[in-house]
Amino acid sequence: MNNNPFSLEGKVIFVTGASSGIGRAIAIECSKVGANLIITGRNEERLIATYDSLEGKIHLKIVADLQNENDTSKLVDELPELDGIVHCAGIVKTLPFQYVNKQDLNLIFDTNLMAPAIMSQMFLKKKKIKKNASIVFISSISGVMCALVGNSMYSASKGAVNGLVKGMALDLAPKGIRVNSVVPGMIETNILSEGSITQEQLQEDMKRYPLKRYGKPEEVAYATIYLLSDASKWVTGSNLLIDGGYTLL
Amino acid sequence: MELQKFVENFAELFVDTDTAVFNAQTKFRDLEEWSSLIGLALIAMVDEQYGTKIKGEDIRVSQTIEDLYNVVKLRMA
Repeated sequence: MNNNPFSLEGKVIFVTGASSGIGRAIAIECSKVGANLIITGRNEERLIATYDSLEGKIHLKIVADLQNENDTSKLVDELPELDGIVHCAGIVKTLPFQYVNKQDLNLIFDTNLMAPAIMSQMFLKKKKIKKNASIVFISSISGVMCALVGNSMYSASKGAVNGLVKGMALDLAPKGIRVNSVVPGMIETNILSEGSITQEQLQEDMKRYPLKRYGKPEEVAYATIYLLSDASKWVTGSNLLIDGGYTLL
Repeated sequence: MELQKFVENFAELFVDTDTAVFNAQTKFRDLEEWSSLIGLALIAMVDEQYGTKIKGEDIRVSQTIEDLYNVVKLRMA
């Protein structure tokens, strides 16, 4: 008998975007507190690297492109009933607003909003989400609390995710399914490594955080574990801010 | 690709700076209006007009508009 309310012992948790960054950290940390993971990502090699880092034995990995509705539908059919879902797959493209275009906007919205929304709906329709399950979206302070220069498309998608979380939380409450988001500030991952922002600019930006550094992927994982666990049983529709104090200023 | 046209495209990223100020030897970082946002706009302009990608680091190590032009030319080659 496990009395730790933060434990995920025996819970089946599905994590998207698990081949890198925050998604990988979430999968690994969830495995350390007892969850049985099902992880998915686009890059097979990196997904295997995540899989090999998981603790415990009963895990599953599935390479899938969640842009593709057929892929998603097939994946949903294959999965067992879930205790938790973490929507972590996401992309960013830095472009000043005057260069925003429909193609990039569509790609960002398809990945950050449409894919997790449609996938959640499929899981529900196929009765793959258990009563009292928890769904967590990894959002961002950008678009929810503030905006980052040159990232209007990303901000718009995360603002939309925020609205989706509230609506889903309300509609799924009768089933006892909770829906929340984690709202991180800048986290040390490779998401900005395409190079339009220099290391120097990142160092400068870091100083704007009252806690004087960017977050670590594990720190987002710990917040996610809380929202997946029984410790947050009465928490739904919330946005858990984790930003080193950035939005206080 | 022509240097003069590149200088004109570069000048168009600015709103308040007189276009007469811009030439190949202009040290763009010394311009009062220069900002990291214009840097991002420069990257997007190069992608749109010249179909190639430059990085923030390329801008950081460039001094003059001609330096930037040379980076773009190199990337296009």
